[in-house]
Amino acid sequence: MPFNEMEESSGIRPPYRSIADWIRETGTDLLDRRRAEAEAIFRKIGITFAVYGEGGDPERLIPFDLIPRAFSAAEWSILDRGIRQRARALNAFLYDIYHRGEIIKAGIIPSELVYQNAAYLPQMVGFSPPGRVYSHIVGIDIVRTGPDSFQVLEDNCRTPSGVSYMLENREIMARMFPDIFTGGPVKPVDHYPDELLRTLKEVAPAACDGEPIVVLLTPGSMNAAYYEHSFLADLMGIYLVEPNDLFVEKARVWMRTTRGPKKVDVIYRRIDDDYIDPLTFRPDSMLGIAGLFDVYRAGGVNICSAPGAGVADDKAIYIYVPEMIRFYLREEPVLENIQTFQCSRPDECAHVLANLADLVVKEVHGSGGYGMLIGPKSTKAEIEEYRLRILDDPANFIAQPTLDLSTAPTLHNQEISGRHVDFRPFCLVGKSVRLVPGGLTRVALQPGSLVVNSSQGGGVKDTWVLQE
Amino acid sequence: MLSRSANNLFWLGRFMERAEATARMLAMGQRMAMLPGSQGQVEWASIMQATGTPLPENGGAVTEADIVSSLVLDNHGASSIQACLSRARDNGRAVRTALTQEMWEGLNEDWRYLEAMEPQAARRNLAPILEWVRRRTAIFKGCVETAMLRNEGYDFLRLGGSIERANMTLRLLNVKYFLLLPETEVVGGGRDHHQWMSMLHAVSGLRSYHHYYDGDYAPWNIADFLVLNQAFPRSVAYNYSQIDASLTRLQQSHGDTHTCQRTAHTELERLSAMNINEIFNDGLHEFLNDQIVKTGRISQEVSEAYHF
Repeated sequence: MPFNEMEESSGIRPPYRSIADWIRETGTDLLDRRRAEAEAIFRKIGITFAVYGEGGDPERLIPFDLIPRAFSAAEWSILDRGIRQRARALNAFLYDIYHRGEIIKAGIIPSELVYQNAAYLPQMVGFSPPGRVYSHIVGIDIVRTGPDSFQVLEDNCRTPSGVSYMLENREIMARMFPDIFTGGPVKPVDHYPDELLRTLKEVAPAACDGEPIVVLLTPGSMNAAYYEHSFLADLMGIYLVEPNDLFVEKARVWMRTTRGPKKVDVIYRRIDDDYIDPLTFRPDSMLGIAGLFDVYRAGGVNICSAPGAGVADDKAIYIYVPEMIRFYLREEPVLENIQTFQCSRPDECAHVLANLADLVVKEVHGSGGYGMLIGPKSTKAEIEEYRLRILDDPANFIAQPTLDLSTAPTLHNQEISGRHVDFRPFCLVGKSVRLVPGGLTRVALQPGSLVVNSSQGGGVKDTWVLQE
Repeated sequence: MLSRSANNLFWLGRFMERAEATARMLAMGQRMAMLPGSQGQVEWASIMQATGTPLPENGGAVTEADIVSSLVLDNHGASSIQACLSRARDNGRAVRTALTQEMWEGLNEDWRYLEAMEPQAARRNLAPILEWVRRRTAIFKGCVETAMLRNEGYDFLRLGGSIERANMTLRLLNVKYFLLLPETEVVGGGRDHHQWMSMLHAVSGLRSYHHYYDGDYAPWNIADFLVLNQAFPRSVAYNYSQIDASLTRLQQSHGDTHTCQRTAHTELERLSAMNINEIFNDGLHEFLNDQIVKTGRISQEVSEAYHF
């Protein structure tokens, strides 16, 4: 039986008491009406998410479940320590692999996993970004399997998305049910944009004199996460720029404005490494700012996250994060990893192939729930097809046991029942490490389903961190 | 502000105004087609010509159904209402941070409404839909007037709106040129009169015209009202005064003078000094076409001045 976050045999668990009361007082009829209202509001505001390759509605909504997911103060203090610790270790790792490579010399991580990694950028070797920070926003996906066990599913060190849902979900809950927040124990999350801007300003480049000019770089309004880009730029009060708005001249980066060129100090980019600078990375790229990388290396601008930060969130590197924490921080990891088999190792690969029906198999560089196999939910034919893919290129796959993810109460067809959830907090790393008490809870809406990805029919919930 | 954002706001202004103008022109067509003996075809065809919309390839009669599919629910045509509202939204989406919440929500709602509309329903309810477009664009302008910051973004949005409105009034008058009278009718006859009146109706100017010209429904007065009258907000001259005002504000806040400011100012002075008899003597249609080209030139000069 999965861990039920709301109820245990002895009754309602303490963090959910006010939620249980609220559900009882409100009744499922009214909750269901409010759910429809919330959906209408989301549509009206245009908080949508385009899903690659699925066709249909180009501006689909991520379903919002009204029933919040809650953490007690004690639970949060574990998460808080574990998340910050991980974010620091991942940044230390990135600095190390682009400098002396101590962790490789110490024999802890095999060198080919790092230096032959597709995300590793030789152009970054020897360069130290401001504050030695590579990943300024670390999104860590965490699952829960018991009262005291939280485990990390994966790290996102490049441009984790979803923080707009953390903010909007809270906003909409407060709009629809103001009473439950009034004088209540739920810690606020709405200072996230200020904290993010502070973080970005802290890592201004050497050449910046005066107040740093920060911009958010988006691929454009056709991008799936464009809503989030414009939302964050708006809340931070910074320019939302597209690659064509920027250009390089006299060793600095400028944006084209109606008053002529204006200098840019920090670029919070939401585009991939490959599309940053066609001169350095991809000559065929339509996106990108020619010459940007040279300015970056000369200290004329900062790019957040740093190019090449993706090595740290690779699924093959993930296995070594607990070791990183011990190596760089001399601390014991607060959050565990999930047991992971690497198909690149013949013995582990044999184990995986023999147990495909019980395992979750993922591509090492995949993300967003695409191209994975969930053994227990797959047909024989699907498993056999996947087996061939693994045999074809074992090093491209890892496998994990299917986890009994915890469940949280969810409204479905006017009934409340448990659905599997995960959690993505957003840790900010600048001169100091910041973490807003909250994050994005994703929920698998189909009964029994374990896939929470929004691209695969998952929904979202407001996440409450309670005061003592 | 970013040049791209200025460009987006400028075109947001233009497309909202164009959606409204097309709705007004179609309402005019419906009204003209109501006259006994009219089959509507000539009226609809003239509207398609005036908006630069290609006529049906078979050369056959233009029906209301053609109008709905090419000027209401077409997603690509330059003047189609759906295309205008959808492009207005695309432009708005690209500068969401420069819009107020209400402006954006309005754009988003309009787009969703037409996106979900069936062509059959649109044909059955053409009049209410045209009414809806006028109401929605008015609400949008209300949101702009009451809550948008008065900065350069506002000026670019207004500038686009004024240029488009001047342009569309010129095109509206051109409908009359394309609308040849049947041989049995005479200039100044009942049909001619009805067509001029429908034009006033379309610009919501019937009463103001009456007030201004003392009920004398003469074509040259109506043309004077729509071209040279400085008090009527849909007249060409009025919109040039607005273009001039927006460009002057931009010039003051930026401190640079550009060609577009000089062109707009010269044009405004020329229009102020003109009288309608000169225009009729030289040919109304020639004047209208010439002025459409000049308005396009200002639009071009604006984009050069502000690095669009």
